[in-house]
Amino acid sequence: MIRLDDTSGSAVAAAIASERHRQGSPTTGMVLTMLILTDEEHQADATAAAVTAARQHPMRIVTLIPRPGKGEPRLDAEIAVGGDDGPGEVAVLRLRGALSEHANSVAIPLLLSDTPVVAYWPAEAPECPAEDLIGRHAQRRITDCSTALDPLAELARRRHGYRPGDTDLSWTRITPWRSLIASLFDQTIAEVESVSISAESLNASAELLRTWLANGLSTKVEVIETPGLGISAVQMLSTQGDISIRRPDGSTAQLHVPGSAESQVALPRRDLAELLAEELRRLDPDEVYAATLMGTGS
Amino acid sequence: MNLADGHYNETDHLAPLNPLRDPRDQRLPRIAGPSALILFGVTGDLSRKKVMPAIYDLANRGLLPPGFALVGFARRDWADQDFAEIVHDSVREHCRTPFREDTWRQLASGIRFVAGDLADAAAYESLKRTVAELDETRGTQGNHAFYLSIPPGMFPTVLEHLKSSGLAESGSPNSWRRVVIEKPFGRDLASAQKLNRLVDAVFPPGSVFRIDHYLGKETVQNILAVRFANMMFEPLWNANYVRNVQITMAEDIGIGGRAGYYDGIGAMRDVIQNHLLQLLALTAMEEPISFSADDVRAEKVKVLSAVTRPTSVEKHASRGQYAAGWQGGIPVKGFLEEDGISPHSRTETFAAIRLDVATRRWAGVPFYLRAGKRLGRRVTEVAIVFKNAPHLPFDSSSVQELSNNAFVFRIQPDEGITVRFGSKVPNTSSLQVRDVNMDFQYGDSFVDTSPEAYERLILDVLLGDPPLFPRHEEVELGWKILDPILDRWEEEGSPEQYASGGWGPPSAYEMIERDGNTWRRP
Ligand SMILES: NC(=O)c1ccc[n+]([C@@H]2O[C@H](COP(=O)([O-])OP(=O)(O)OC[C@H]3O[C@@H](n4cnc5c(N)ncnc54)[C@H](OP(=O)(O)O)[C@@H]3O)[C@@H](O)[C@H]2O)c1
Repeated sequence: MIRLDDTSGSAVAAAIASERHRQGSPTTGMVLTMLILTDEEHQADATAAAVTAARQHPMRIVTLIPRPGKGEPRLDAEIAVGGDDGPGEVAVLRLRGALSEHANSVAIPLLLSDTPVVAYWPAEAPECPAEDLIGRHAQRRITDCSTALDPLAELARRRHGYRPGDTDLSWTRITPWRSLIASLFDQTIAEVESVSISAESLNASAELLRTWLANGLSTKVEVIETPGLGISAVQMLSTQGDISIRRPDGSTAQLHVPGSAESQVALPRRDLAELLAEELRRLDPDEVYAATLMGTGS
Repeated sequence: MNLADGHYNETDHLAPLNPLRDPRDQRLPRIAGPSALILFGVTGDLSRKKVMPAIYDLANRGLLPPGFALVGFARRDWADQDFAEIVHDSVREHCRTPFREDTWRQLASGIRFVAGDLADAAAYESLKRTVAELDETRGTQGNHAFYLSIPPGMFPTVLEHLKSSGLAESGSPNSWRRVVIEKPFGRDLASAQKLNRLVDAVFPPGSVFRIDHYLGKETVQNILAVRFANMMFEPLWNANYVRNVQITMAEDIGIGGRAGYYDGIGAMRDVIQNHLLQLLALTAMEEPISFSADDVRAEKVKVLSAVTRPTSVEKHASRGQYAAGWQGGIPVKGFLEEDGISPHSRTETFAAIRLDVATRRWAGVPFYLRAGKRLGRRVTEVAIVFKNAPHLPFDSSSVQELSNNAFVFRIQPDEGITVRFGSKVPNTSSLQVRDVNMDFQYGDSFVDTSPEAYERLILDVLLGDPPLFPRHEEVELGWKILDPILDRWEEEGSPEQYASGGWGPPSAYEMIERDGNTWRRP
């Protein structure tokens, strides 16, 4: 790791390039730049997750940490290039004093030329990410409602501020649930009359799953508050009997479908790195997310 | 372009039925429906190292249906638990995703074992009871895939028993039967046709899945993506610019413990007939109308039909056997000294041939295919070697170090793409030019986290998705191309010996130099 104190965005870019040359690998297959906007509390986990995801999607990771205060404006940087963690490049930047308001000016010289930009807010996010100074550079903007005090209120903000290209990790988290449930309908299953989801209180993922199921199955879906890890069960009443998926431990689910014996399925909660890797697989607007998000809160 | 989109169309029949599958929803993976896989030869090398671990990895990625069941068939006196224990150990050793006991337990609850000889009719009756039980208890709904991971000599026996026992028949329009067969698909055109007739007599053509695991590799699928998604390359992809194409599959290992399989087969039948000809087809074919199975196959069949053989096998083909020697600093045995190989064996462990493609695009461009064991290092690649620039406005001394431009698909290991071109040597007063390589390496995404070829192919079998499986036309065309060369070799004496750890026998160099070309050192 290289430390640059009291530096500038272009000096950081130059330091990354010279480190690349020093390692003898000036050309790399970087596919995107990821800008992470966050505070000290969340920066380490978010950066580490992005570094892991960079094994699948080689990228430059720029973590911007505003540190507002009275002192002189100043930029401090830590840089790591390549190495054991994977092929990516990482710059963790602390923006002190008045500079904390101008993350944009630091980010611009660090964007890789002519490759997509992804912005990621691990915790607090702007009202409208697409209009944010940093978000404006990005075709994909990732937020995470689950870290808010009131995730459902946060989800409503995401809905109001939505622009194509936005996505939220509380949506990514339910992909395994959605694929398991969707696969049950690949075989003909009778009409579903009602659905209930058990989830911990104020869970944004449960609200998205609720809306997605209600849209797809054209039926009423309710969320029942249940203590536990995230979403713990989905039950569907159909004309052929009850279908239920229970995941009490956050890892393995018991699946019950009428006409076959109870079976077990792996349905583990995934870590941040896996969620980011899924997000980065496609960078075009997620229309299904948009349609689902618009239906939430009703 | 998206190769997956092509696949989506194949499974579109599911879409209108399923209210939760939105074609715009790119996150949902395709999950196989309820089904059982019946694995013959479950104690074999392929099953332990590839098939079983791939099934575990699929389960771990959540791509198998909840009630998935697996039946292992082998001539052992085992109980279900003993069998599960043995599979457990090989899966643990060879799986690519992290080994998790709870995933394993879910999978193991659907594993059954049937003991018997492949030729024993009673064993098929007990197999029949087992799958019926699974249909009941696991809800596999009569969907059965039979995976023949057995010596090819046993195919007729197993197929006949599958037919006579009624196992091959689904009896209901809502359930399916499929069969998976492994290479070699025969040993010449006649035996391949015989095998095809045999399989066709038991299973309809759409239910037969021939595994060429190269087609399951992401880097091989990437050939089509790079060729047909870009503007930059395709204009150069023809005889106007290309001097020759070199397709290499080199292994550094010898035959290991697989003498029984390899003796009498050899490099040509083992890998050139299938993997290398498939690579040739993907490299040389015209743009398909779509990426559906039928459209891609139509183009592959067209280009394979246009392949012509050299008129003189002596001049344009080469074969060899590795001799004892040193490889990478380790002393190694020669082929004829390997356990289980007759000292008089005439099986080739190295083969190289020149083929031509008689089309307007490729007229006059030689395609050199070579494959061998105990070569310099393990590498598979497709190299497009370009012609010299028609005029070089430099003095000859400035461009002495400049060779032909090249575009290389690195299939394995070190997956990626290399482009070689000339560039100025820095700090020289005159304009000196030499070769430089530009490497594209997709991180390790094609290696680590992406599914292994067998995973992809087994999932496609369970989904009934055919684009990545060669059809019998392709197999038969392959033999039509190679049979005369193999016949010729049959008449000649023994293959030439070559030093282990190098790049093949002298005749391989002579054959390419005769055309004024040289082998790339891969
Ligand atoms: N291994 C590879 O890497 C590879 C690669 C490509 C294609 N293939 C193809 O895949 C197939 C299997 O290859 P392999 O290497 O796994 O072969 P293998 O190690 O020789 O295994 C053959 C299997 O068939 C069983 N078997 C043979 N005769 C039998 C009989 N009469 N009754 C019951 N079981 C019998 C063997 O059981 P026992 O254990 O009781 O002998 C063993 O489980 C072959 O078609 C081969 O050409 C293999």
